[in-house]
Amino acid sequence: MDLLISLIINGLATGMLIFLLAAGLTLIFGLMDVLNFSHGGLFVWGAYTGVFTYIITESFIVGIMVAILTGMVLGFLMEKLIITPVYGNHVQQILITLGFMLVLQEMIKVVFGPNAIPVKVPDYLAGSWEMGEVIIIKYRIFIIVVGFIVFGVFHYILTHTKIGLIVRAGVMNKEMVQALGINIKKVFLFVFMTGAALAAIGGMLMAPYSGSIYAEMGMEFAILGFIVVVIGGMGSFSGSLLAAILVGLAGSFMAYYIPFLSLAVNMILMAIVLIFRPQGLFRMAKE
Amino acid sequence: MMESLLKLHNIQTHIGQFHILQGIQFEARVGEVSVLLGRNGAGKTTTLKTIMGLTPASSGSITFLNEEISKKPTYEIANTGIGYVPEDQGIFAQLTVEENIKVAMRKETSEAFERQEYVLTLFPDLKKFWKKAGGNLSGGQKQMLAMARAFVNDSKLLLIDEPSKGLAPIVVEKVMEAIMEMKKRTTIVLVEQNFFMASRIGDTFTLIDDGRTVHTGAMNELISDDAMKHKYLGIG
Repeated sequence: MDLLISLIINGLATGMLIFLLAAGLTLIFGLMDVLNFSHGGLFVWGAYTGVFTYIITESFIVGIMVAILTGMVLGFLMEKLIITPVYGNHVQQILITLGFMLVLQEMIKVVFGPNAIPVKVPDYLAGSWEMGEVIIIKYRIFIIVVGFIVFGVFHYILTHTKIGLIVRAGVMNKEMVQALGINIKKVFLFVFMTGAALAAIGGMLMAPYSGSIYAEMGMEFAILGFIVVVIGGMGSFSGSLLAAILVGLAGSFMAYYIPFLSLAVNMILMAIVLIFRPQGLFRMAKE
Repeated sequence: MMESLLKLHNIQTHIGQFHILQGIQFEARVGEVSVLLGRNGAGKTTTLKTIMGLTPASSGSITFLNEEISKKPTYEIANTGIGYVPEDQGIFAQLTVEENIKVAMRKETSEAFERQEYVLTLFPDLKKFWKKAGGNLSGGQKQMLAMARAFVNDSKLLLIDEPSKGLAPIVVEKVMEAIMEMKKRTTIVLVEQNFFMASRIGDTFTLIDDGRTVHTGAMNELISDDAMKHKYLGIG
């Protein structure tokens, strides 16, 4: 039982980190029809700027704030300079965002140095709780809680506010949203910046979880993000959460019980979904 | 003569390499229903899309309330006071009827809610299915929702594209009655293949053929001109 709980908590924590990356990705694809392969770059820039702020200020919270700010600023610049010229052209989007991903990754090495940087969990989140024979690591619970809070806040915004309604309507029919008098470009920018901020939060939370940060971590995690988007259904926020948890749990259990399959499990999950439900588990229906 | 609200002059529109509109001109006057008629593929739907900026005009002018709107983006055109009901209705399938109307409502003012109540009296089915997803409505209900959504703002002009398309005759009758009611409050430009419906509710007509305006005039003129109906509409 204690093993089961540990594996579940581990899987949920990993799932939440993937969710933070995938949530932005799915909204950006669903609403803007943009394949953003540089999303992992926002994750790693969030991690680095947040961690350096954390090291300087010794405040993890300030680090998270700076990561969010970095994500939003980079998101703004990316949407204006990189994405806007390639709206509607998937091939160009893939090429330019992949290229920009490499630029972001290499810029990390230029600005922060090429070596991995160790990151410790803040004191108040370090350690664990012991419940009988079960050891629960505090930081993993923190990640799970933050993940659910982020999901709750965004789910509320998407389902109970006018801007959320517009975003959902835009995912279904952009042309009609414009014909109703709504400036879809502003909505695109808002969604892109929000998605970027979510990725940056994910990067910052990932840092103490993995114990170190390095320039390539964005690319590695972005692949998981794409797998989650495919499984959850492009454009579906709730689908991303469920798929991320599924991927996190599958990875956690496989790593323990069938270690040689742990790296392949995500691909197997994605292949199964693509065969039996190619639109993903929860794709938001277009009009 | 009533005041001109919308005026198109020598509109040319290209979609990709195709030259779709090659000289559209007509005028919609305040309080009238202006009907665009023509065979399939004549350019009627593209004309409405061009007015909305969805397929922007390559040249020519579109003035609405004496302001040139042909270079404006779609959302600004809508905000000048033009409501649009597309041919495919453009319903947000996963949003409820209530949410579809809420997205459309630009300002949640008492006047907007008064208009909402008014359209719900025109289309009582919408009230009945208020919490139902738009995608689950029947074709007729979707048409009513699309019209309600366009009307919920203080639109001075409504562009309605083929409201009778694919609907049962009894539903067409309801839609037609609703348009007659709406006419009391706003100006309408209507694209319609159903000549019976068009002739009953239209005040003026514009005949479009191969992307060009070939005739405009009072609807009564067209009703009595069998040769013209036969030549351009294949009826009579």
